[in-house]
Amino acid sequence: MKPSPITALSASLISCHSCHLLCKAAPAAKGLAVSCPRCGARLHSRKPNSIARTWALVIAAFILYIPANVLPITNVISFGKAQADTIMSGVIYFVKSGSWPIALVIFVASVFVPLLKLFLLSFLLISVQRKSQWRPKDRTRLYRITEAVGRWSMTDIYVVTILVALVKLGSLATIEAGPGAIFFAGVVIITIFAAMSFDPRLIWDSQEPNNERRKQP
Amino acid sequence: MESPIACHECDLLHQRRPLPSDGTARCVRCGAVLYRRKRNSLDRVLALTVAGLILFIIANAYPFLTFRLEAQIQETNLITGVMELYQQGMWIVAGVVLLTTIVMPLLELTGMLFILVPLKLRRRPWKLALLFRAIRSFRPWGMMEVFMIGILVAVVKLVKMASIIPGTALYAFMVLIFILAASAAALDPHIVWKQLD
Repeated sequence: MKPSPITALSASLISCHSCHLLCKAAPAAKGLAVSCPRCGARLHSRKPNSIARTWALVIAAFILYIPANVLPITNVISFGKAQADTIMSGVIYFVKSGSWPIALVIFVASVFVPLLKLFLLSFLLISVQRKSQWRPKDRTRLYRITEAVGRWSMTDIYVVTILVALVKLGSLATIEAGPGAIFFAGVVIITIFAAMSFDPRLIWDSQEPNNERRKQP
Repeated sequence: MESPIACHECDLLHQRRPLPSDGTARCVRCGAVLYRRKRNSLDRVLALTVAGLILFIIANAYPFLTFRLEAQIQETNLITGVMELYQQGMWIVAGVVLLTTIVMPLLELTGMLFILVPLKLRRRPWKLALLFRAIRSFRPWGMMEVFMIGILVAVVKLVKMASIIPGTALYAFMVLIFILAASAAALDPHIVWKQLD
């Protein structure tokens, strides 16, 4: 019926992020902290400081990604000899021993997915800051991917947990977690928070030419 | 008359329309799922939650994996790895594993029980809004299905070195993953929120 799409923002409504109830935006626009009348969650038209928060988390994760890959995540002691393994040396071990599928699982979950997430989020942030008009639907799809894949990066942390639990036979065979595991756990958790703090509605806000920023009622 | 709904990914307003059973309504602009309709949603989720709690107890009480190298036997439970990491000074990693594989799934299961049993008895659940909001935000932090992949990789890594014997808890854990997925698929959160109107 109408040429320009009607969003909750343009209709002076706020959709509760928790229970999806539509609430009047007027009290929140005066800068008051307002809660959803139905479920009590704080109401925000857009996630607060989405761009700044997401950038901060993305940069933090990029920094932690380096020690996560350089430092060993496991120390294997077998027959008195100690051997330190990083994420990549674990992948290479599986390739050499012929377990291609497992090597691929670890490479994708531990190396590829975290980097993919960080680059996708950086791309989305830059495109939103430049008010890009490019394929908003596909960019929303990219956001959905970053949200869905993050959890699978925890695989390597769980592998270390299970190895450490099972192999503790003193000098005969013992596996200990290395410092890389701490940084890697940090990368995974921080990128999940980064995906959560990004607001995909910002992609669509710049698609509406008649959308004036924050009209005071 | 049903209230309108805004797409949570692009903010476009939609009028709610009645859906066929097991139907899904999607945003016309960005394609995000707006809402779904499930048959007997709450009954199914209640049944799955009870089954899930029983399996959760089995998965934590019984031996999970046993490692045997010649005469040496090392039996582990689900929590053994967490305790071992903690003893090695890796308390951050231990905490992350504890939260994502034990605490969050348990909170979700018990929380759903606290909501669904009173609803079934036609009573108002205690602190429904707070409880359900908390459960919805815990949701992404339960990562049992990822743990399953971790088990697979660890077993492949060790299988040349020693024999790994699966325990009762492992089987319970594998079934639990499917129960949790089925429960997430059966839940229509809108029905629970409407109890608050």
